[in-house]
Amino acid sequence: MIHSLFLINHSGDIFLEKHWKSVISRSVCDYFFEVKEKAVDPENVPPVLQTPHHYLISIYRGKLFFLSVVQTEVPPLFVIEFLHRVADTFQDYFGECSEGVIKDNLVTVYELLEEMLDNGFPLATESNVLKEMIRPPNILRSVVNTLTGGSNVGDTLPTGQLSNVPWRRAGVKYTNNEAYFDVVEEIDAILDKSGTTVFAEIQGVVEACVRLTGMPDLTLSFMNPRLLDDMSFHPCVRFKRWESERVLSFIPPDGNFTLMTYHVSSQNLVAIPVYVKQNINFFETGSCGRLDITIGPKQNMGKTVEGLMVTIHMPKVVLSANLTATQGNYTYDLTTKVLVWDIGKLNPQKLPNLRGSLSMQAGAPKPEENPSLNIDLKIQQLAISGLKVSRLDMYGEKYKPFKGVKYLTKAGKFQRLSLSFL
Amino acid sequence: MTDSKYFTTTKKGEIFELKAELNSDKKEKKKEAVKKVIASMTVGKDVSALFPDVVNCMQTDNLELKKLVYLYLMNYAKSQPDMAIMAVNTFVKDCEDPNPLIRALAVRTMGCIRVDKITEYLCEPLRKCLKDEDPYVRKTAAVCVAKLHDINAQLVEDQGFLDTLKDLISDSNPMVVANAVAALSEIAESHPNSNLLDLNPQTINKLLTALNECTEWGQIFILDCLANYTPRDDRESQSICERVTPRLSHANSAVVLSAVKVLMKFMEMLPKDLDYYGTLLKKLAPPLVTLLSAEPELQYVALRNINLIVQRRPEILKHEMKVFFVKYNDPIYVKLEKLDIMIRLASQANIAQVLAELKEYATEVDVDFVRKAVRAIGRCAIKVEQSAERCVSTLLDLIQTKVNYVVQEAIVVIKDIFRKYPNKYESVIATLCENLDSLDEPEARAAMIWIVGEYAERIDNADELLESFLEGFHDESTQVQLQLLTAIVKLFLKKPTETQELVQQVLSLATQDSDNPDLRDRGYIYWRLLSTDPVAAKEVVLAEKPLISEETDLIEPTLLEELICHIGTLASVYHKPPSAFVEGSRGVQHKRLPGSAGSGESVESPDTGSAAGVSDAPPAVIPSQGDLLGDLLNLDLAPPATTTGPPPPTSSGMQMGAMDLLGGGLDSLMGDESEPPPIPLRTDTPQSPQLPHQSPSPPDYSPTELGGDLGGSPAMGAGFGAPPAAMPASFNAPVSGGLDDLFDLGGGVGMPSGAYSPPKSIWLPAMKAKGLEISGTFARRAGVVQMEMTLTNKAMSVMTDFAIQFNRNSFGLAPAGPLQVLTPVSPNQSIEVALPLNTVGPVMKMEPLNNLQVAVKNNIDVFYFSCQYPISMLFVEDGKMERQVFLATWKDIPNDNESQFQIKDCHLSSDAASSKLQGSNIFTIAKRTVDGQDMLYQSTKLTNGIWVLAELRVQAGNPNYTVSLKCRAPEVAQCVFQSYEAVLKN
Repeated sequence: MIHSLFLINHSGDIFLEKHWKSVISRSVCDYFFEVKEKAVDPENVPPVLQTPHHYLISIYRGKLFFLSVVQTEVPPLFVIEFLHRVADTFQDYFGECSEGVIKDNLVTVYELLEEMLDNGFPLATESNVLKEMIRPPNILRSVVNTLTGGSNVGDTLPTGQLSNVPWRRAGVKYTNNEAYFDVVEEIDAILDKSGTTVFAEIQGVVEACVRLTGMPDLTLSFMNPRLLDDMSFHPCVRFKRWESERVLSFIPPDGNFTLMTYHVSSQNLVAIPVYVKQNINFFETGSCGRLDITIGPKQNMGKTVEGLMVTIHMPKVVLSANLTATQGNYTYDLTTKVLVWDIGKLNPQKLPNLRGSLSMQAGAPKPEENPSLNIDLKIQQLAISGLKVSRLDMYGEKYKPFKGVKYLTKAGKFQRLSLSFL
Repeated sequence: MTDSKYFTTTKKGEIFELKAELNSDKKEKKKEAVKKVIASMTVGKDVSALFPDVVNCMQTDNLELKKLVYLYLMNYAKSQPDMAIMAVNTFVKDCEDPNPLIRALAVRTMGCIRVDKITEYLCEPLRKCLKDEDPYVRKTAAVCVAKLHDINAQLVEDQGFLDTLKDLISDSNPMVVANAVAALSEIAESHPNSNLLDLNPQTINKLLTALNECTEWGQIFILDCLANYTPRDDRESQSICERVTPRLSHANSAVVLSAVKVLMKFMEMLPKDLDYYGTLLKKLAPPLVTLLSAEPELQYVALRNINLIVQRRPEILKHEMKVFFVKYNDPIYVKLEKLDIMIRLASQANIAQVLAELKEYATEVDVDFVRKAVRAIGRCAIKVEQSAERCVSTLLDLIQTKVNYVVQEAIVVIKDIFRKYPNKYESVIATLCENLDSLDEPEARAAMIWIVGEYAERIDNADELLESFLEGFHDESTQVQLQLLTAIVKLFLKKPTETQELVQQVLSLATQDSDNPDLRDRGYIYWRLLSTDPVAAKEVVLAEKPLISEETDLIEPTLLEELICHIGTLASVYHKPPSAFVEGSRGVQHKRLPGSAGSGESVESPDTGSAAGVSDAPPAVIPSQGDLLGDLLNLDLAPPATTTGPPPPTSSGMQMGAMDLLGGGLDSLMGDESEPPPIPLRTDTPQSPQLPHQSPSPPDYSPTELGGDLGGSPAMGAGFGAPPAAMPASFNAPVSGGLDDLFDLGGGVGMPSGAYSPPKSIWLPAMKAKGLEISGTFARRAGVVQMEMTLTNKAMSVMTDFAIQFNRNSFGLAPAGPLQVLTPVSPNQSIEVALPLNTVGPVMKMEPLNNLQVAVKNNIDVFYFSCQYPISMLFVEDGKMERQVFLATWKDIPNDNESQFQIKDCHLSSDAASSKLQGSNIFTIAKRTVDGQDMLYQSTKLTNGIWVLAELRVQAGNPNYTVSLKCRAPEVAQCVFQSYEAVLKN
């Protein structure tokens, strides 16, 4: 199982190591550094590496590498999932997952790692179980602790550890009982130059924030559950009920959690909320080019498109851009050759347009590559797939909770590709 | 308040200061001090000097302080074992604490202290905790057994902990079950053949029940364990599948993939006409697609596995092509994997989409990715015939871009398209020729030269083109040189009049000015062919080439089956069987898919199942290169083993064999690398990625050897005219021995070769075997382990029908073929037999390690004997370690694993010893001389991947050598030493 963990920062310093079995020398990371050097971009470091005696499995999160060392045949997905869980836990405990914050809380981090893994086997990874054993740092508590000599570590067995609902602790009490659900959908699409959809899918997630007293048993039902055919659930969801009745029945964990993620990929269900008319030309002579982009609303179900932003990765030879935008601002970064046009709210009466000339390096050949456009947008109060929650029922407890559902649609890796050669 | 304050020290006497604080009376101060110590420890500072002071803080009721002290103990106990004993009492006391959290913590920490002395004290508390009333303690104790086993395996077995652990599989608490399974799996990994996880329907049922209730990690352990089970029939298989399917919707991708593994394996047993089979196939697609929306690291592992799944069951994902389209911001490692799968899924239905995508990718920025995309277009053309035309036009478009590396890749793939569809797209040759000058990579140059040679009759200025390459002949890489030689000979055969000068020039360049034996030999062969019989030369060189296969890059089916059983593991990421890379595992069992139950056969236990699986396995479509020589010899030289009639006269048999052999050999020599000889050899085209499959020690087959034999073969000798005058004398020298060597491989005439082989000894005396006497020895010849035997018939009657079998043994030795005794052995006759062996048989540790139990059968009876093989037979040819790796490994292996031996009465110099050892694949990596004593650092590798490192000390004038051996599997040291002694003294 997992043998050791090294945390490595952006510049390649190992700033934390933890060994669950015997100690493995840091020098094992040299193999990793070699590959990292070659990969140039930290995102491009392959996650599974083989060295003469060990396997290095790593993830890249928040500008940090979490590098684990294993010696035997271990499912790599298991290790990667675990590493992400470690990063999530740090995020949860300290509000962010960065070198600074980890160094500031080294002892807590060390206690956490010890609690999460025993001999390489995961021990407690549920956030609320961990929080019962090792309390997250907060200013008030540390003041109280200093005054009273109290401790950061719980000394009773966490109740969730062994029950059938390991994700929930017993004896939760709130004065305001509330349960909120956010349905967030991301559209990932690739369009070709003519606007035809090459590929489109929706990644949906239902995030929950549940603060309810006792042991509530919730049932969430949808108006149109048929939309969903490919989803993964939080372990609390009773799969049998979903299979037979298409309702989500569960005893929720306490606090924030991801109830389910889903995936809609059938082409006809994925609406593309905007259209783009683009014209980018580079001229054979005169080392200049023209750019003309217009964006308009398409299938947005009558809601306003907000936070609209267009990003273009220009060819290397483009030196500067002299453009005028009818709405919003544009910036062109000379070093990264990225043109960003921040539009904001889309007004259907007056379509935003960006046009002007591009100047290129003198004498350079006409660029071969075609710039692709990335589009970012947001639509409040709409799940673009049409998914709607119909009701939430609670059993097992007597009080009346506050309930609420919010919808949000975002662009994921929304991308427009131009297909022809110029 | 943050912990960074622990790092700020003002004075030099930091340790001293901490010491004082640790001994303070105030609880709070103590705790702060321990925290400081831990903080220093985490960043790698040495605070071991504080050991006694920290341990003193251990006896406290404060759980946090206790935990911190435990953290410290785990880190430093190893370096201070005597001090660690001081802590034992507290541990033992804590194991009795009324608070289960403290009991569990104590037993958990004790297991992490890797000190032998402590483990003795651990046994009693551990036994109690394994039976503790609180499940939290039991589940912690289960893991502790695995820890203890890692430190002292014998102790765990002696104390009966394994049985207790097995009992925990039936525990009422699912978490305990999961941990017990995890612990047992880990222990079983170091004992591949122990029957630790004895799975039967009852335990399976318990595991399936626990599966629904335990944590996500526990589910992974249980699913991986389930995957090792072989259901009795299709009904059981279906019911397990039904209970595993809900796991496909789990949020944890590792759970999903482990579930996929179980389903993929058990599906094999379901009859295909069953409704459920179809339902299951449909259920598998969505979770696999979902894995691709996870983090890129997870995607990568998922894609590597999908690659396997798609090869085994393409129907699952055939409609999901689009999810494999590359996204702009995918990391490069994800992009490359997606591309690979896109080609695997390409079919007539979706080829238009795929091509549009690929063309797009070919204009991206990343060079590696672009290259792969261009190659992918070529692969599509070869795979989907209907698309070939569009692919070619796409490639031509790409060539027009004039981007250097794109053009080169395109030319390499167009060559393959020509091979696949001859006489169809030759119209594009003109365009290709325009780009001749821009080619600077050997592969592209070779491809272009091949095209020019192959279509010389259609290219007006072919001679000029080739001549232009010839100018810098010696600066070209071998690949290009060989190709140029072949191309010019082709040209000459097609246009003999105007190219005579050219061909003479290239032949003399190849034969006289080149140091490369392959090039020289190919040159000589052409030269002789052309000078003796141009018609024959034409037939050979311009022979019609077999079409290249559609999928040269598919994983070999038996390997694929094994890999499917390893879905989700490292093996599936590397696409190699675990035995090929899991180090130190004393042999890994090969897993196989269960057969379909449709035939109604009884299903064997996993062990016998694997044996049966070998014979059931479909014949390998693509035999690996290593089999070539074996095939040649079997095919051409040896009459089939079943014939009982008298063998053909030896002499003519030899001639025929030599002819055939030559024929096959010639083809492979004459054609370039991409022209496979007409035997079913895998087309080793340069563009097809090397199969990630290691064939077990392939016989060392090089064209040179065949070339040498050619000259000496009596059959051909007559056919050839006088060799060219320029023929060096050395070329004739090996002639006499050449053919014998070849026959040696097949026929087994004992001929001493480089590797040491002990003299034959009697293994089976005649009186024990009804008159059959077997003496024999082992040898390693050209990378193949052979068992060479003399069978003597001392009985009164004729013996026939010989067969041989091995018992399971430490290194998986098994006969690579049947025992080739072709003639009946008449009374008082002896015959020599050589039996090639492989090392892929079942594995069981023997005592002594190199013991081999053999059963020989003849028409009279079955006889058993055991013999010991010198372990040097198993030293493989690539056992030379890099110096750096050697150094690191030497340091890395704990000193406990080192063993020292003396070799007495050896009078070799260190250099002589080194070369002698090298003959047996013990490689000297470095030599150091200190005070007149030579130290040789050596490495060798066993067939199962175990490395042995050695330091050989030789004192001038002293006949006694000292060998120190270091190895992760110290058991082999004794055997290796024996081999050292045997090799050095003979």
